[in-house]
Parts: sequence; structure tokens; C-alpha cells
Amino acid sequence: MTVNKIWVIVDRQGDKIAPLSLELLTKARSLGGTVEGVTWGDADAIAAEVGSYGATTLHNVGDLAGGLPGPAVAAALAAAIGAGNAPDAILVPHNYDGRDIAARLSVKIDRPVLTNVVGLEEAGDGLVTEHAIFGGTEVLKARFTGEGPGIYVVRTKSFAAEAGDGGPATVSALEVPDLGATGGAKITDRHVEESEGPKLDEAPVVVSGGRGLGEADKYSMIEDLAKLLKGAAGASRAIVDAGWVPYSHQVGQTGKTVKPTVYIAAGISGATQHMVGMKNSKNIVAINKDQEAPIFSIADLGIVGDVHKVLPKLIEALKARS
Amino acid sequence: MNVVVCVKQIPDPANPGKLTSETHTIVRDGKLILDDSDAYGVEMALQLVDAAGGGEVTLVSMAPHSETSGLRTALAMGAAKAILVSDDALAGSDALSTAKVLAAAIKRAEPDLVIAATESTDGYTGTTPVQVAEVLGWPSISFAKKVAVADGTVKVDRQTETGYDSVEVSLPALVTVTAGVVEPRYPSFKGIMAAKGKPVEELKVTDLGLEPGQVGAAGARQEVVSVEPAEARKAGEIVVDEGDGYEKIVAFLEQIKVI
Repeated sequence: MTVNKIWVIVDRQGDKIAPLSLELLTKARSLGGTVEGVTWGDADAIAAEVGSYGATTLHNVGDLAGGLPGPAVAAALAAAIGAGNAPDAILVPHNYDGRDIAARLSVKIDRPVLTNVVGLEEAGDGLVTEHAIFGGTEVLKARFTGEGPGIYVVRTKSFAAEAGDGGPATVSALEVPDLGATGGAKITDRHVEESEGPKLDEAPVVVSGGRGLGEADKYSMIEDLAKLLKGAAGASRAIVDAGWVPYSHQVGQTGKTVKPTVYIAAGISGATQHMVGMKNSKNIVAINKDQEAPIFSIADLGIVGDVHKVLPKLIEALKARS
Repeated sequence: MNVVVCVKQIPDPANPGKLTSETHTIVRDGKLILDDSDAYGVEMALQLVDAAGGGEVTLVSMAPHSETSGLRTALAMGAAKAILVSDDALAGSDALSTAKVLAAAIKRAEPDLVIAATESTDGYTGTTPVQVAEVLGWPSISFAKKVAVADGTVKVDRQTETGYDSVEVSLPALVTVTAGVVEPRYPSFKGIMAAKGKPVEELKVTDLGLEPGQVGAAGARQEVVSVEPAEARKAGEIVVDEGDGYEKIVAFLEQIKVI
């Protein structure tokens, strides 16, 4: 199997194309062959940008009428594959809706999925994926066997997004078969939580707190420091599980992957589940009481000390400068 | 209302994970424990059954060597019974095969609602629950941060990139819950004692009407090419705070031109 045709799921954040989908389009373009986007909702609005990233066609599942993307997009793609238009690879963003689409499509076309993909290269007659395992200490490479398209669910920041010089993609309607019960879930209301400052996965500076903060109230130090550095506030899974901060702040395997200019880990020991989400930051600063904490093994600057002493002084010093 | 919770029994995440050298699958030979991520689903299910005023919580799990220690933890929390699929033929199963097995086991319990974690802590593929829903032909709502059931409808606050969506669907349905959705109870002594006597039905692949060749390593259509150490990140300067630790950080931030 050589890679002749790739589908890329084009998801959105608000009115814009999700940065992760632009990363996937860029990667797909670099692999050669034909790149086609798959989206839903108002496809015309994004056809020019999708085209500039290399897609010639933008398949449109259309208005979801309040339904979740998973069942409709998966059913439409499965029908297209059944009609003989199968691509060799389908690149799916590793996000909320992307995972639903991949899971349902997998069952419909009876092909497995490879998720948490962080690298993708052509090798021999197909694609080989890379996965960071055990906190990123080891790299596992894998591939699909057998006939049929490979479904690749790719993590954010695995590839850079770079526009090319392609003209607008041709929008083509994709028919959605009857979804039966699977399409039953409906969105009745959307809630946008206002957040100050840059987004966690786009911020040049990320300050994260962990169990070492001791109690929920102390997380305000993390927020203060993030604000002073014009960055975003993150968290380890431990304090998200403990209910100190919402899940949307979580950095790590089950949360966001970040690659800021500098990542400041305060009171985070460095569980593998956390490290996999931040170890590719350009610079890492760690503050932890325990000299043996694994986080120090990847820190450019490690301060063995009490976050309750170091952070207030750091915040004061930065305030004095501004 | 009857609820099935899909639970995974995993090696203790506190210990470093290992892959077998031959098949590159996660070593599960030691004692397995209930995946922390699943404790939220079990608690959610118990609360929903309580609120409904009747019904029971059934656990469904797939594990090697008739492993039940993780199931006992969830039974001690208050689940009524468990279905365990344990079969040598299942070794090396990918997420799709796992979903087919779980779906077949879930059907036997005839639940109104299935709850699972968004992903397991050890393998974290993160697709199995929705694959189960698709095999069953059911709707699903993933990434729930709040769940309520009333009049045969499940209402969910579903996590999004920018906040959350209110989503609802008629039962039967499958919901995946994020960590922190509820505070899992600790099993009481009474619960632990009662759990020892609760029924665990153990099944083989053929009991579920599946062919052994469809599942496990025989049915997997993906393979590991290699496993290699990642390029190590060099550790930098580690200093003990003598009251001047913050100055080192300020100097470092200046050096990399963040301030």
C-alpha cells in the first residue's frame, strides 16, 4: 500500500479551523498523494483555508441539526468507503469529537484505530506511527496490517502547521445514511467559559501546579504567576481528580499536550501521565520539595524547595519588575 | 434503572510499566487493581441507581487469569455483581476486539445505561467505550462532567474545548465520564466483607458467541514495529533553595527572554 489518498477530519474551534486539523493537513500534504478534508456545518466558510493547506476537496457532512459529530461523520465516511472511495489513511484530531468519529468509524468499517499518534512517516509500503509511551521515555512504532484504510488519531502539536499555496478546496456534499438510535444525542445548549489570557495549548508560558500545593486555595499562586508571565495556568491530573481545578486545565496524557517556550512545574512530582504532555516544552523549570522527583530529570532548571516559599517570592519579584 | 459500568483492572500505575519483549503488550502478570479512572464511573452509577429508586449496578470487565481483585474493589463500593470475560484467546486484543467482547457481555446484563471512563490509565487508547456503543447500535455521549437521568432521558454536561455543551439522549445510551465527575466513596469494611460473596460470572469468548480467531492477537490488525528509548532530555541545573531559589528562576526567565 502506498499512500495515494488521505482524508483529514477538519474540526473547528469557534468559527476557525482547529489548529490541530491544520497540523494534520500540513502533515498529510507532506506525505504526498491527494489530500481531502472532511468537515460539517458551514464548509464554504473554510474551503479557501483548507485548500491553502493542501486539500483539493472538502467533503461536507452538512448541518448536524444539533447532533454530535461522531455518529453522522462516521456513518457518512463509512458509506463513502463502502461505495468504493476509500482513502489509504484517515487522520483524525485527538480531541473530544475526533475520538468519537474514529471509534464509530472503526466499528463501521471493521478496522482498528491507532490513537495517541505523535509521529507519522511513510515506510516501505505504508505508514508507520510513533507513540510516546511510559511518560515519553520510550517510543513505540506501529502500523496497520491487512486491507482497508488506517484510522490515525493524532495528538496536538505533533506536527507544525504551515499553509501552502493551494487554491480553494472544492466543497462536495457527503450523504449521511439513516443513523437510527446512534444519532439520538442532541445538544440543547452551549456554554462558553470565559477564560482570561492565552489558551493552555497555545500559550508561550505555562505555569502548572500539582499536589505539592497542599490545598485547593493555593492554586491562586499558579494563576497569579501565569498572569504575570502572560501565560496560561495548568494542572496535574492529581489536583484535577481532587476537584481543585477543572479538567480543562489538565496537562498530560489524559489532558492537554503543551509545548510552550517555558513550562514551570510547581509541586508536580512528574508522574509519567503528566510528563508525556509537557516534556517537549522548549524550557522546563521545576520546583519540588523532593530532590528525587522524576520531574527534575527533564528540568533545565530545578529548584529543590518548598513551593509555598519559592512562589510568593517569585511573584513579588516579578510584580516589582512590572 | 440498571447500569453497567465497564471497568478495567490494570497494573498499579505507581510501578513503572513494562512491555513483553515478544509481543510488545503491557505486562499484566502481577496483581491488578481497579483503574482509578473507573472509580468515578462506579460512583456515578451507584448515585444514579440510588436517585432512580431501584435497579442495580453490574460491572463488566475483561482481564487475564480470571483476575478479580479490581472487581472486588468496585463490588465493595456497592456494585451488585460482575461479569468477567477471561480467556487466553483474548491476549493481545486491540481496542476494537475488546469493544466487541465488552458489548457482547453487556448485552447479557440488559442495562438501561452503560458508563465507562473516557480512557484507561494504562493503555489510554480512548476509543473502546464509543466503539462499544457503536457495536450495540446505541447513542453515546463522551466526556461527561455532569450526568443526571430523569424520565428515561440522560442529560449530560459534555466537556468542550471552550466550556461545555448540554447534551441529552433517550435511554439506552452509553456515557463516558471524566475524572472528578463525582467523588468516589471509599469501600467500607462492611462493603469489603459483602463484596467477597457477590456473584462474579466468568465467561469465555465462545460463551459470547464470538470466534476466538476474531479477537486477541489472532484478530488484531495492527502490529508493533519497534520499541526504542526516546531521545533523553538532558537534565539541567538542580539547586537547593536557600531562600534565593526565586532569583535563579528570574535569571533563567531573563536568559530565555521570557521577561
